[in-house]
Amino acid sequence: MEPATDPVRVQQDPFDPGAEVNAFTARVAGAGAGAGAVVSFLGLTRDTADGDLDAMVIEHFPGMTETALATIRQDAVTRFALHDALVIHRYGRLVPPEPIMMVATAARHRADAFAAAEFLMDYLKSRAPFWKQEITARGASWVAARDADEDALKRW
Amino acid sequence: MPAPIDIRYFAWLRERIGTGHEAVETDAATVADLIDELKTRSDAHAFALSDLTVVRAAVDQALVPLDTSLTGAREVALFPPMTGG
Repeated sequence: MEPATDPVRVQQDPFDPGAEVNAFTARVAGAGAGAGAVVSFLGLTRDTADGDLDAMVIEHFPGMTETALATIRQDAVTRFALHDALVIHRYGRLVPPEPIMMVATAARHRADAFAAAEFLMDYLKSRAPFWKQEITARGASWVAARDADEDALKRW
Repeated sequence: MPAPIDIRYFAWLRERIGTGHEAVETDAATVADLIDELKTRSDAHAFALSDLTVVRAAVDQALVPLDTSLTGAREVALFPPMTGG
């Protein structure tokens, strides 16, 4: 199945990271030959330090999530003069090491593509309405936000 | 009476309060004033909203500081710091 072409996707279903990068690259190339760099980042469902994670359950705020991600993506496109950017984020029940989310960026040079991917990750960690809950045999516990995540925004 | 505002709760705020949604009639001027009112609704509300350093708010789906005015607001969402990515 061909990946969807929406630049922001919030979905319960799995996605194929390789197919997404290929489709993104094809869209960028199809729009002209000015982009020289594509960077992609893939976030995986991480096991606990004890290796006993049964699942990660991700809650979100339908409606606000899509709006927040679209705003963050547009900010990245403008700030780093991107040719294109892709954001995919899943919600619901995920089992390690399933992919949770990915971003891809296309720019004329690699510095902007790398920086834009970092910018997207920093902002969607702390400014998009997702909440992670870890499920183990000991029960369910909400993942606490880290001060470092908030601090990371200050560099932009 | 003023028009009711839809209140949405997420993650552990939703669990502690025991519902994800309620409508309240309020004259509260700001999000912080509204939270003070909500805390009087039940012990569960008071407990869930006891530490405002871990409460974030969105008014009509836009993230805002707690001192934001509620003039014209239709929906207020309260939730813990976000953990996406």
